[in-house]
Amino acid sequence: MQLRPILSTLRRHKLTASLLVLQVAFTCAIVCNVVFMVVQRIERVSVPSGIAEAELSIIHSSGFAGDDNPQARQATDLAALRAIRGVRSAVAVSSALPLSRSDSSYGICPDAASMKRAMQQRSPAGTGCLQPSMYNGTAGLIETFGLRLVAGRDFTPDDYVIGDAHKPPVVIVTRALAQRLYPGQNPLGKSIYLDNAMIRVVGVVDRLLRPSLRTPAVDGDSMIWPQKPDRPFVTYVLRSAPEDRARILREGRAALLAASPNRLVNPERMEPYTEMRARFFQRDTTMIGLLVAAVLGLLFVTALGIAGLANFWVQQRARSIGIRRAIGATRGDILRYFQTENFLIVGGGIVLGTLLAFGFDLALMTQYELPRLPWFYLPIGALMLWLLGQLAVLGPALRAAAVPPVVATRSV
Amino acid sequence: MFAYYLGLALRSLRRNPILTGLMVLAIGLGIGASMTMITVLHVMTDDPLPGRSAHLYTPHLDPLPLDYASSGGPDPSDNLTWPDAMALLRAKRAAHQAAMAGGTMLVRPAQAGLQPFYAAGRYATADIFGMFGMRFEYGGGWSEADDADAAHVAVLSDTMARKLFGRADAVGLAAHLGSGDYRVIGVIADWAPAPQFYADNTGSQYSDADTFFLPLSVAVDKDLPVNGNQSGWGKDEQAQSSMRGAAMSWLQFWVQLDTSAQVAAYRQYLVDYSAQQKALGRFERPPTNATLYGLMAWLTHQNLVPNDVQLQLWLALGFLFVCMLNIVALLLAKFLRRSGEISVRRALGARRRDIFVQLGVESALIGVAGGTSGLAIAQLGLWSVRHRPDDYARLAQMDPVMLAGTFALAVFASVLAGLLPAWRACRVTPALQLKAQ
Repeated sequence: MQLRPILSTLRRHKLTASLLVLQVAFTCAIVCNVVFMVVQRIERVSVPSGIAEAELSIIHSSGFAGDDNPQARQATDLAALRAIRGVRSAVAVSSALPLSRSDSSYGICPDAASMKRAMQQRSPAGTGCLQPSMYNGTAGLIETFGLRLVAGRDFTPDDYVIGDAHKPPVVIVTRALAQRLYPGQNPLGKSIYLDNAMIRVVGVVDRLLRPSLRTPAVDGDSMIWPQKPDRPFVTYVLRSAPEDRARILREGRAALLAASPNRLVNPERMEPYTEMRARFFQRDTTMIGLLVAAVLGLLFVTALGIAGLANFWVQQRARSIGIRRAIGATRGDILRYFQTENFLIVGGGIVLGTLLAFGFDLALMTQYELPRLPWFYLPIGALMLWLLGQLAVLGPALRAAAVPPVVATRSV
Repeated sequence: MFAYYLGLALRSLRRNPILTGLMVLAIGLGIGASMTMITVLHVMTDDPLPGRSAHLYTPHLDPLPLDYASSGGPDPSDNLTWPDAMALLRAKRAAHQAAMAGGTMLVRPAQAGLQPFYAAGRYATADIFGMFGMRFEYGGGWSEADDADAAHVAVLSDTMARKLFGRADAVGLAAHLGSGDYRVIGVIADWAPAPQFYADNTGSQYSDADTFFLPLSVAVDKDLPVNGNQSGWGKDEQAQSSMRGAAMSWLQFWVQLDTSAQVAAYRQYLVDYSAQQKALGRFERPPTNATLYGLMAWLTHQNLVPNDVQLQLWLALGFLFVCMLNIVALLLAKFLRRSGEISVRRALGARRRDIFVQLGVESALIGVAGGTSGLAIAQLGLWSVRHRPDDYARLAQMDPVMLAGTFALAVFASVLAGLLPAWRACRVTPALQLKAQ
């Protein structure tokens, strides 16, 4: 394949060719960055919560009158809920669930010395003290949530406290929290310091995501307290087979209202857990959709530009193609000519686009605090654009190859 | 002449309808995407209270201890503490002033057969109605004496009154909010500035309008639930959780200042107040940290536009740019292909200017068609934005100004895109092209 004639033709169409190169460059730069954003968002929305998401349903209940006895109320409610066909277990929690946005976090310290340092500097920074989120609920929470206890024991009935007047004597922490609090040590039996209380670690669960996300490094810092909710408003969590959830929610509401009509069970605040999770990531899923649409739109417009331009050029050069065919060029030669031309134009665009991509990435990093674009996105993007270019040019190139040699003898 | 060029352009475009269609589609996609995002941004940065916003200000003090380290959460000094808010209120240095905080309460309708529901409202001091210019349909607001006595009175929105009592004129009736009964003394026409500039910025500011108003003193007395950020920095737990505490900020405060002299005087008053508090040992930071934000400046300070929306705008503009490059390249190739025709016209006496205008008309035609399809695509885009559950989504509407803007942008963009190709094509030398034939 001779490059010389192609280059000299391109030189004659300098302006048009450079416009196309510019278009490919911008497409390449934008697509690389946007695809990276999409991948990050997908990673974010697929973060595992550690609970049996597909089997859980949630019902909020708020009592009206202050004279109600919440403990008795809860016990009756739970009994009524557990009696529903298909409910495997049920617990009452204050409000916190993974990705529920209802977050109570506490500053805790691994030992007395770090607690003292944190108090002195009024900040946990650099002291080993952390700010994990707290989950609480009635007995059976580990089992109902579907958490995996990897060390130690579950709570015993003696462990429980009622309401938040007193801190519980023991706590179960996540593996992530244990490793950050006591790196390289066995957390079981250690005491965490919280204000003026000491709480003994009795168990470790594999994973439990926080109610609202901060940064991936601390998103797994959770602890479970043996603490029964003691407010008129409470959240019931039911575990069942996934296909039973809609019926269980319906029957659960009826059962709660039958147990006491003096309360609000808002149908808008009862749902399968998966819906709560989807709502948490609503903005991210919207954004993923938009970004993907933008990438497809850009690729479409660029392919359109390549095909349209090749189309014009084929029409314009019909006569010279005819001459080439008449003096012995095969159809394959003509086909390859246009393909090579396209390869060169897209190649130029990719080189420029790589520089642009890093420019955009730098701007995004400083402006929106996004992480750096990994280098391997660029070769993948380049390959994709080359393929797209070849696909777009194939139609016009085939039409060019079909120009019969006899065109050379005709005057236009 | 123009009609002739129009005819020529139409004929030229019709010669290759698929390509023309694709060009129109490309420019339409670019315009549609960018207009959708610009409209969303326009709606989100709109003036929530036209006519009044220029005179509304929110004072801010810095009561935090010197060694207070932010843990990355909301800034506690965005809000005021109870003692500071009451001091500013009593000083009466502005034409109007009010302290406020949001709250959500369980509402039990008096009418039989209606389910209780939760509603959003605001606890405020007496002057909020006059300052924000809310219009009373029935009755009126409460007095400063009611504030002082923590009187159990309420002002409802029109919607809330109808929902509770089945009619708007609810004055004199009793509303059951939370665990208390409040005598309705006024009903205002529905009032829903967007964004809710006066609400705490950790709450959602594009969500439900306020449907009830209660005296702030009642909320403090009865310890009613408060929405938004309540940040404490006191040493003992008691002071942290007390609404009256001097070490917990939770109140929003707004004043109306009508002249620039008043604004300057108020700013000075804030610094003096801070200096006085520092002298008393309550404040530790420099008194000059006290500031006064205008309404629009406050919105900017709070950075109400999510990063996602900004990114989407940049993406849409980048997309429009690529679409424009595409159109320029295609028109250039298209015009240059007609070099023969152009050189014949030139040889027959057409001036460069004539060629330029002729080709300009052709690209403008594509622009008008692209703008029209862009408008349709933008409406489709906004429709899909409105169906997102995001809190700002339902506001995404195109007003007439935006509508005209879209169209102007489309025509401007494609005429601009047509200029370079038309200029390049009108420089075709007549003789050379004729020879080549």
